[in-house]
Amino acid sequence: MSAMLLNKEKWSEFIGKLSGKNLWAPAVQGEVKKYAPVAEGETVELDEGNTTVPPKALLFPQTETLYRFSTGKEELEFPGLDEEMVLLGVRPCDARAMALVENLFRWDFDDPYYLKRRELTTLIGLACNEPELNCFCPSMGGSPDSTEGLDILMTDLGESYLLETVTEKGKAIVEEMKDLLEEAPADALEQKEQLAKGAREKIRRGVDPDGVPEALPQLWEDPLWQRISAPCLGCGICTYLCPTCYCFDIQDEIEGSAGRRCRMWDSCMFAEYTKHTSGHNPRPTRRERTRNRINHKYSYFVDKFGVIACVGCGRCSTLCPVNIDLIDILRQVKAAQ
Amino acid sequence: MKDYVNPYIPFTATVEEVWNETYGDRCIKTFKVVLDDAAVRESWSHRPGQCAMIGLLGVGESMISISSSPTEKGYLRFSVMRAGKVTSALHQLEAGDKMTVRGPYGNSFPVDDWKGKEILTIGGGIGQAPLRPIVEYVKANLSDYAGLTTIYGARTSGDLCFKQEFAETAKVDGVCCHLSVDIEEEGWPHYVGFVPSLLMEVNPSPENTIAITCGPPIMIRFVLENLKKLNFADEQIYTTLENRMKCGIGKCGRCNAGNLYVCKDGPVFSYAVLKDVPEAFA
Repeated sequence: MSAMLLNKEKWSEFIGKLSGKNLWAPAVQGEVKKYAPVAEGETVELDEGNTTVPPKALLFPQTETLYRFSTGKEELEFPGLDEEMVLLGVRPCDARAMALVENLFRWDFDDPYYLKRRELTTLIGLACNEPELNCFCPSMGGSPDSTEGLDILMTDLGESYLLETVTEKGKAIVEEMKDLLEEAPADALEQKEQLAKGAREKIRRGVDPDGVPEALPQLWEDPLWQRISAPCLGCGICTYLCPTCYCFDIQDEIEGSAGRRCRMWDSCMFAEYTKHTSGHNPRPTRRERTRNRINHKYSYFVDKFGVIACVGCGRCSTLCPVNIDLIDILRQVKAAQ
Repeated sequence: MKDYVNPYIPFTATVEEVWNETYGDRCIKTFKVVLDDAAVRESWSHRPGQCAMIGLLGVGESMISISSSPTEKGYLRFSVMRAGKVTSALHQLEAGDKMTVRGPYGNSFPVDDWKGKEILTIGGGIGQAPLRPIVEYVKANLSDYAGLTTIYGARTSGDLCFKQEFAETAKVDGVCCHLSVDIEEEGWPHYVGFVPSLLMEVNPSPENTIAITCGPPIMIRFVLENLKKLNFADEQIYTTLENRMKCGIGKCGRCNAGNLYVCKDGPVFSYAVLKDVPEAFA
């Protein structure tokens, strides 16, 4: 892993060079912070905190066309999946989520839509110096400076950014930017280690997930599910904005003789999600749906892929309109064991 | 960059024949379809118990069990109850019309492991559709098996699928067919009562026997109870599950029962596995 230094005086030049590469970076739009395209000539200001909408939305759009068709024509038309993309300022938890979700999209049947976008995307991460209130990534095996899933990890050192190269894709970017960069001195690396240590110490919340995957099947009929789901409104925000949630619906849209088959985010917290055509619903209430959500993340995904499908970003707890808190749920699971 | 095979692309197929199995609001039609592309047709291979996503562009897709046996070559059969948007649109199709097919998906009945055994199918209503390929497969390879017994019932004789075929199957040496209707009706020569009761009446021996059941959840529950009363071991009992599905390939998330995806880990499960799966009979 090579380490380079980017003096902030050269930041706008750095952004200028990147913006020719279909660059996306966090931007505030109304009440939400989400990734937005950076036009040439625009600048980017990276601040602390994470985006409301995780960058999963760029690899797995909220709605995307699988293919287009028109009546009387046998050939299907496919969306071009050939545009390279650079994501700047990706938080380590969100990059790690992309690496986890890739397991699912590679499971026996490769999903070309997700996997091609993933291959075409370079992730330039930003280590968290100031974790947020509900951050708990270390509990889930991550850290504020984790490089998992990233191509480059940047750390804000105040006057400059430290750029650590993780992958070949990252190396190519650093190579192109080399005129703006200088070799990182030893004290810069030392400063980064101190910042990362400080960030870990600033994380106030956490829960040890040890034993949770094993406990969950035993707690199937436990009253805790009733208790946890009682205030739930079924709004689905905990899943829509979860960086590891990937469930989708497939729908056809047709206008005149042309149409498209598209897929869009779905949520296990919605009644329709599992409702049979007959009207029977194997998960009839929020109790069963909440139980599935937690079991899926902390038990089923572990069975299939050997890792918990949660990165501890804290969005579900922060955004829940009735304050259902994931750490609290996990603590209740552990207590009921 | 890697060139991926796109698993969401369906094949096109032509409806060769379509007929009503039952009539009424939720009638069942059987579609005999032929895949259009010769290369696809030749490379297509499925095993009894597998499913396919069938549908129409502009309407959608539904996961339907392939009700023809691999021993029936050159075409696929799907028996579809008219229930929702996609199945209602499929029911409008006539011979010569096109539909789309993706698959085959899921696991299958372990018919090779069952060689030498007596095969017993217990079906109810549309639940006979996934059992039909087993009946046809075992019938076509009868010398490999100790015998075949089918138990099949529906509410009325008008709700029974494959009636003509059962009449033919019953004539085959080494095959026993038992039919039932729930309610007494004039001229009905067979059993009157629920399928689980007919099972007790038939009283099959568990020795060297595999029992496969599919039907409404309530029927499956009592059939399982009765099979246990008849001393069938969990490993001798199989069923197929269904759940709402969108992708059919383990991605869209919704069809799981506990940690098992019905589309990929199933639809065929032994009771030995299912009895510990919390949502299996939800």
